[in-house]
Amino acid sequence: MKNRENGISAATLDLASIGQALTVQHVQAPHAAPEWARWLEEIGFIAGERVMLMARGLPGGDPLVVRIGQSTFALRRAEATCVRVASVDHASLQERKA
Amino acid sequence: MNQAVIHFHPSGPLLALVGNPNCGKTALFNLLTGSRQKVANYAGVTVERKEGRFTTPAGRSLRVLDLPGAYSLYPRSPDEKVTCDVLFGRAAGEKRPDLVACVVDATNLRRNLRLALAVKRLGLSCVVVLNMTDLAEKRGIKVVPETLAAELGMPVVSTVATRSAGAKPLLALLDDQDLCGSIAQMTPSSSLPPSAATGDYHSNESDHVVVSRILQRLGLNEIVPHTQSDRIDRVVLHPVIGPILLASILFLVFQAVFAWAKAPMALIQTATANLSAAVGAVLPDVWFKSLIVDGVIAGAGGVVVFLPQIVILYFFILVLEESGYLPRAAFLLDRLMGGVGLSGRSFIPLLSSFACAIPGIMAARSIANPRDRLVTIMIAPLMTCSARLPVYALLIGAFIPNREVWGTLELQGLVLSALYLAGIVGALAVASVLKRFTAAGRQVRPLMMELPSYHLPSVRNIAIGVWQRVMIFMKRVGGIILILTILLWFLASFPSPPDGAAGPAIEYSLAGMLGQTLAVILEPIGFNWQISIALVPGLAAREVAVSALGTVYALSATGDNTAQALAPLIAQSWSLATALSLLAWYVFAPQCLATLAAVKRETGGWTMPLIMAGYLFTLAYAASFLTYRLALAMGAG
Repeated sequence: MKNRENGISAATLDLASIGQALTVQHVQAPHAAPEWARWLEEIGFIAGERVMLMARGLPGGDPLVVRIGQSTFALRRAEATCVRVASVDHASLQERKA
Repeated sequence: MNQAVIHFHPSGPLLALVGNPNCGKTALFNLLTGSRQKVANYAGVTVERKEGRFTTPAGRSLRVLDLPGAYSLYPRSPDEKVTCDVLFGRAAGEKRPDLVACVVDATNLRRNLRLALAVKRLGLSCVVVLNMTDLAEKRGIKVVPETLAAELGMPVVSTVATRSAGAKPLLALLDDQDLCGSIAQMTPSSSLPPSAATGDYHSNESDHVVVSRILQRLGLNEIVPHTQSDRIDRVVLHPVIGPILLASILFLVFQAVFAWAKAPMALIQTATANLSAAVGAVLPDVWFKSLIVDGVIAGAGGVVVFLPQIVILYFFILVLEESGYLPRAAFLLDRLMGGVGLSGRSFIPLLSSFACAIPGIMAARSIANPRDRLVTIMIAPLMTCSARLPVYALLIGAFIPNREVWGTLELQGLVLSALYLAGIVGALAVASVLKRFTAAGRQVRPLMMELPSYHLPSVRNIAIGVWQRVMIFMKRVGGIILILTILLWFLASFPSPPDGAAGPAIEYSLAGMLGQTLAVILEPIGFNWQISIALVPGLAAREVAVSALGTVYALSATGDNTAQALAPLIAQSWSLATALSLLAWYVFAPQCLATLAAVKRETGGWTMPLIMAGYLFTLAYAASFLTYRLALAMGAG
């Protein structure tokens, strides 16, 4: 994993806490549905884009409400798992390093 | 054999509106064209095609096509595929647009401008229409069209599609001489750049970089929070309040559909009866009179009577859709629907099906996934449509005692609720079986549904929307029902009874013979030959069975009077087991040829309607058999 190499703990979007400011690191589609990567990119899940978990559905915390860039989307957990995110502080740290 | 197909296109340049979903494209289309719109389907696919016509202030007449909303030129649904095909000039029967207006939501330039760049690369004449600029300004996003135009290298105008003068800048641009010139010399096929021709037109990442750079330079790269929408969402999507609110809204919509429609429906029924009487008095007493009065007028009346309910239902659905609430409702129900292999998007079609399955089946178009759409269509007839109510009312009135149980609940009302519930449970069970036993059902499908910002619905968009949907319903259903009613009238009237026959005329007709044969098959589920005969004309539409029973029992009354006269008669001659069995039958049986015809149209063939009829009749027979035998065992024979 790219992020682990950089020594930054990145998590997937489905595990984020509500209201936490995050940035998209990269999108990794499951083997069964490789087209998801493209679809997620099209609706804005592009590396560097700001993302935030807004709400979780009940019961079972599925689906999720996600603010990506300027838009709001409902994603199922399976889709949110594809999105690796880092907190904004980490991302800016990375930028400074670069 | 190869056939050359020549398409004739109406004169005038063709303007296509392209944009992300929820960018206000259709509102702009409505503003440009007003009521001058034609709604049809694209050739070979059931994707709604909206074309309109308008004249610019300088007198140029343009055709305008409202293409389905798309996030990119990489289609993921039949709708998005149409948009791509039209833009590439490869859609069957469609002219490649002379000019493309990329409608861009000014509050969300980051995502919207990427599509504009992709469209520009196709080599079409292209203008960017900055829409919703009023909302953007309210949020502090100030976009100057001229500077954006300089950055993008295409003309940019700013519009507010919800204001009546909001399209003026676009109209002025269309009258611009330079742009006219570029339209005139456009030769679409030759202007296709090599990159587009080879299909190498996806370059999301670089588009994203370009857009980011532009927004950075314009000072628009900051993310502006949607304070107001977020505040509403905190209530609407709240884990406890959200579902309660949804249930209350649904309850209100249902109340309105049934309560508000009562008076106009009664009016239509009276008008139909009066018309029948008036026409009957004028026409000579030959077979022709029976065809007009019993066939045509009764048939058309049977359709029009559902119009008030459908108008009210569509009104509410459109208000909820325009305001941005419907996707939230789909979100709240996604978990439940996901459990049976569907998504929250199936909720709207299924909700519509409670009034009538046909608008429900038509509404399934909004489901992007073909498999989910098909399953939704297949289970839509299990929702208790209002045509079942007359039958339920007759049987419940005749057989279920009017008393209270457990203190406050009415037994009759309880039975009616149980029948509704049986339909819902049946639908969920069928979807669940399809999920478990088909390969496509086990596949995980993404939701990825946008939750647009809330806004107040506009009267113009609601009015145009209701009008269009009602017209589609009338054309579809009107034509089919009319033909079928005439056919069934023929079956029920010929051959005429022999002289001196004792029974009612229908007993000697083709329908009567069919019914007698059916009675053999239906005997095990407790139906007598009278019911079997009534089910034959009842194939056209469920409620017809009531008047058909009236005919079989040789009653001459019509409409409401039939039920009143019929109730004591059947209460005497049928057992409770038979009545319960018939109720169970009506929960499942596909006794509506118009629905099957709508399914044929939406799925493009007879396979699905035949499968639907087959499985629903099987379910109906099984449910009736069980009900009848159980009731007999419990002593209700």
